[in-house]
Amino acid sequence: MTSIKKPLVDKHLRKNRHGLTQRDYEGVASTLCAGCGHDSITAAFVRAFHELDLEPHRAAKISGIGCSSKTTAYFLGQSSGINTVHGRMPSVATGAAAVNPDLHYIGVSGDGDSLSIGLGQFAHAIRRNLNMLYVIENNGVYGLTKGQFSASADIGSRAKYGEINEQTPIDPVRLALTLGATFVARGFSGDKEQLVPLIKAGLMHRGFAVIDVISPCVTFNDHVGSTKSYAHTYKYYHPVIHADFVPEENEITADYAEGEAITLPMHNGGEVVLRKTDTSHDPRDRDAAFDLLKNLEGSEIPTGLIYIDESRPEMGEMNHLPDTPLNAINHSKLCPRSATLKQLMDGYA
Amino acid sequence: MGMKPTNTSDPDYFHKVVDCQYACPAHTPVPDYIRLIAQGRYTDAYMMNRRSNVFPGILGRVCDRPCEPACRRTRVEDEPVAICRLKRVAADHRDEVKHLMPEIMPSNGKKIALIGAGPASLTVANDLAPLGYDCTIFEALEKPGGLMISNIPSFRLPEKVLGDEIGYILDMGVKLKTGHRIDSMKAMLEDGYDAIFVGSGAPKGKDLNLPGREDAADNIHIGIEWLESVAFDHIEEIGRKVLIIGVGNTAMDCCRTSLRLGSDSVKVMARKPRQFFKASPWELKDAEHENVEIIVNHSPKAFVTENGRLTGMVFEVMEYEVDDKGKITETRTTGEVTLPCDDVILAIGQDNAFPWIERDIGMEFDKWETPIVDKTTFESTRKGVFFGGDAAFGPLNIIWAVEHGHQAAISIHKHCMGESLTDRLPRSVNLETAKMGPNEWSYSNDYDPDARSDMPEVDLVERFKTLDIEVELGFTPEQIKTEVERCLNCDLQTVFSAPACTECDACIDICPVNCLTITANGGEADLRTRLSAPADNTDQALYVSEGLPNTARVMVKDEDLCLHCGLCAERCPTAAWDMQKSTIFLPHADDELAAYASRRAAE
Repeated sequence: MTSIKKPLVDKHLRKNRHGLTQRDYEGVASTLCAGCGHDSITAAFVRAFHELDLEPHRAAKISGIGCSSKTTAYFLGQSSGINTVHGRMPSVATGAAAVNPDLHYIGVSGDGDSLSIGLGQFAHAIRRNLNMLYVIENNGVYGLTKGQFSASADIGSRAKYGEINEQTPIDPVRLALTLGATFVARGFSGDKEQLVPLIKAGLMHRGFAVIDVISPCVTFNDHVGSTKSYAHTYKYYHPVIHADFVPEENEITADYAEGEAITLPMHNGGEVVLRKTDTSHDPRDRDAAFDLLKNLEGSEIPTGLIYIDESRPEMGEMNHLPDTPLNAINHSKLCPRSATLKQLMDGYA
Repeated sequence: MGMKPTNTSDPDYFHKVVDCQYACPAHTPVPDYIRLIAQGRYTDAYMMNRRSNVFPGILGRVCDRPCEPACRRTRVEDEPVAICRLKRVAADHRDEVKHLMPEIMPSNGKKIALIGAGPASLTVANDLAPLGYDCTIFEALEKPGGLMISNIPSFRLPEKVLGDEIGYILDMGVKLKTGHRIDSMKAMLEDGYDAIFVGSGAPKGKDLNLPGREDAADNIHIGIEWLESVAFDHIEEIGRKVLIIGVGNTAMDCCRTSLRLGSDSVKVMARKPRQFFKASPWELKDAEHENVEIIVNHSPKAFVTENGRLTGMVFEVMEYEVDDKGKITETRTTGEVTLPCDDVILAIGQDNAFPWIERDIGMEFDKWETPIVDKTTFESTRKGVFFGGDAAFGPLNIIWAVEHGHQAAISIHKHCMGESLTDRLPRSVNLETAKMGPNEWSYSNDYDPDARSDMPEVDLVERFKTLDIEVELGFTPEQIKTEVERCLNCDLQTVFSAPACTECDACIDICPVNCLTITANGGEADLRTRLSAPADNTDQALYVSEGLPNTARVMVKDEDLCLHCGLCAERCPTAAWDMQKSTIFLPHADDELAAYASRRAAE
C-alpha cells in the first residue's frame, strides 16, 4: 500500500457532462501488491465510466472472494456494491438485476472465483443472459493464498517455486461461447487502449457481457515459465479485432477503409465500431469465433471482441420482469392484499 | 523519427525541473533550504542561502523573486510557495553565524579595487577576500549598500539587516572607503591594482522635459535621487498632494515613502493599462493597500505653475487598442485633464552613466555610451577591468547583481592566476536515491493542499508614524509550518530505468496528475498530443526513456505538473522508478581555486 493517499489535484482535468473529473470515479486506495494487473483494470473502469458520462451512483458493483473481488472498493466510490460469498456473485447479481433493472451491474471476479468454486454460478448466469458486465481478472493463480495454480493455468506453466501444471485449463472465453454468451471478449490489463472500449461496449450491451482480462499476478505468477506473466502476455499478445465504442450523440468521424470496419448498433444506445487488425474475423459469427480460438491455440493469445450477439433477449425480458425497479413501485401494487390472493386461489378451484 | 532518450546526466535537465532554482539568477537551491527550515535548522538554511545569494536577510525582504512566478505550484494550483518569505524566516531565526563564515587564507599578494559598494561589488569581495585577495571598495556615499541603502526605503529593508550582512563581508578583511567618489578610471588604472571591478550601478534617473519643467524645478524630483536624499536624511518632508510619474518598483517606493513624509494624497500616474506595469504585482498590492491611487492611461503633457510654484500637472487621457497577443496596435488621445499637486516625483527609469571613464584607455563603448562587457566573463574590452550589477548591462535587480558578482569573481581570480577566463569549471549534477525503506523517503512526499500564507503586517495607522517602521512582520510559527509543506520538493527527481520496467502500468494508474504514458515513440510535437493528458506547456520538457524490454515502446513523462509525490516509485514493482535527490553543482571562485590547486599539484 502507498505511504500517502493519491493527492487530489484536479484543476487541469477534463470534466464530463456531469461536471465530474476522472478522480470522481475513483474509490479508496488499493491494498493490492504494487504492479498488480488488477489495479490497471480498476483504472480502466474509472476511465470507461468517466468517458461514458455515466454518473457513479448509476452502477452496482458485485464481487465474490479473492484479490480481484477486493477491487470493487477501488473504483466508483460513490456507487453501491456487495462483496458476496466465494463464487456466488452471479446469484446475488441475478437477484439485484431482477429487482432493479435501472443500474449498470458490474461483476468483478477472478479465475478462482469463477472457474472453480463458482463455475456453476458462472455457467447459469450466461444461460439466463443476465444483463451485466462480468469481468474475470485472470492471473492463473490463487494470489491471496500464496500462488497455488487456479483452473485457468495452462498445461506446462511453471509455479513460482517450480511445480509444473499438468491439468487442463478452463478457458473462460471458450466456455462462455459454448454456453451461449452474447458478448465474449478478452483483454489484457497492460493494454487500456483496447480494454477501456471493451468495458464501455460491455456496459452498453444488452445481456451477459463477459471480458476475460489477463491480469498478471506480480507476486506469484510473473516469473519465467509462467504463461500469465507480463513478459509472456506481451510476447504472444495478438489483438484480433479492436472495438471502439461510440456514444449515440457522437457521429462516427474516423475514416475506415471499405471492409475494414463493421458498425454495430447497441441495444442500450451508441454503436460499436469493430476494426479488424490482421485477420478476417467477424465477431458476429460464432463458428468463426471457435475457429479463431482453435487456430491460434498454443501459438498466440487472441484478444479483442471475439463474439457479439445483440439480438437475444436478456433475463428480464425472458421472464417478463417489470421495467420499473421494485423500489419505485408503490406498496399496494407490490404487496397485493389477501383479497387478491383469494381471487388468484379461486381461479384454481 | 522518435525522440532520443533523455540525457539525465546533462546538468541542465534536472536543474530545469527545479523551476525556482533554475529561474533564480544565482540558482539558490530553494527546496533544499525549505526542508532545512522545516526541520528547524534555520542557521543551516541561512548559510545554504548565503552560499548562492550572499544576502538572505536582505533578499528575503526585497528580492524581485523570479523564483515565485516559476514555482510549479502556480501550475498545479494558483499561488506559488512564499519562497521569498521563507528565506526571511531563515534569516530572522538564525543563530550567530560569524564563526561559520569561510576561513580567510593567507594573502596571495593580489590587489583588487571595487568601485561602488553595492551588491555586485560586495559579492565579488565576499568571494575573493577569503581566497587571500586584498579587496578595497570605493563608495561615493557615506554608507555602503548601493541602492539597497539609497533607494530601498527602511520600512521595507531595515538598516540593521543591511548592516549585519554587509558586516559579514567587511569582516573578511575587505577595506571600505566611503565618501570616496572615483572621478577617473585612468587614475585607477595607474594605482597598481591587479584587477578593477566596476559595480557602480545605473545612477542616473531619467528626467521629463515638458513645458514648465524649469519653472517648477523645486517641486519636481527625480525618483532615485529623491529616495537617496530621504535615506540620508537630506529630505524630511513633502507636499500634501503628490503625483508619481511611472509605475515601476521605484515608483512604488516613492509613493509609499511620500505617505510617510506627510503626504495624504498620492497618485501614481501610468501611461498604459495595468497589464503593462513594470512593478512587481506584490509591490503594487502593497502600495494600493496603503491607499495609493494608481491611475491608468494618463500621459504627462505639461507642468502647471503659478507664481513660480508647481500647482498641477496636465495629462492626456489615452485609449489603446490591444490585440490578442497583448500588443498595443493603436493609440488615441481622448482628452486632457489637469490634476492639482504640490510635488511630482519622476520614476520613469534610470540609465548607466560613465562620465568618469575616459574614452582613450582601450575600453570600447557601444552606441549608448556604455562599455562593452562580455556576458560570461564580465570583462570589458580592457583586460583586467570587469563590470557587474546594473553597471554591466543596465538596471536589473539585486539577485542579478549577486550572480554577476559571483561570475566576475571567478574571472578576476582566473585573470590574477594567469588562466583563460573562458575555461571555467562546468556545472554538474549529482543524483542520490531518496529511498529509506519500503515506501519510505528521505523527504515529506505528501501533497499539502493548504493555501499560501499572507504576510502579517503592522496596521495601517501605526506603520506611518516613522519612516523606519518595518511593515512586514515575518511569518508566525504556524505559517512557517504550513508554508514549508507547500513546497513540492521538485529536486526529488523521478528517475526511470527502462530495462527494469515490466510495462504493468501501475505508475500510470497511480499518478495523480496523469503525467506518465507508455506509448510508441514519435516526434516531440506528435508525442505531446498522445499522452495520458495533453502536454500543452512546451516550456516543460518531456522525459523519454529508452525502448522498454517487452514492447520497445517508450515511457514518457511530462515534467509540467509532476507533484514529486513519489507514488510512481511506490507502486513500481521492480523499482524502475526511483525518487532521487538531484544536487546541482554551480562553481564559485573558491571551487575554481580548489581546481587550480589540484591542477598545480598534478603537474
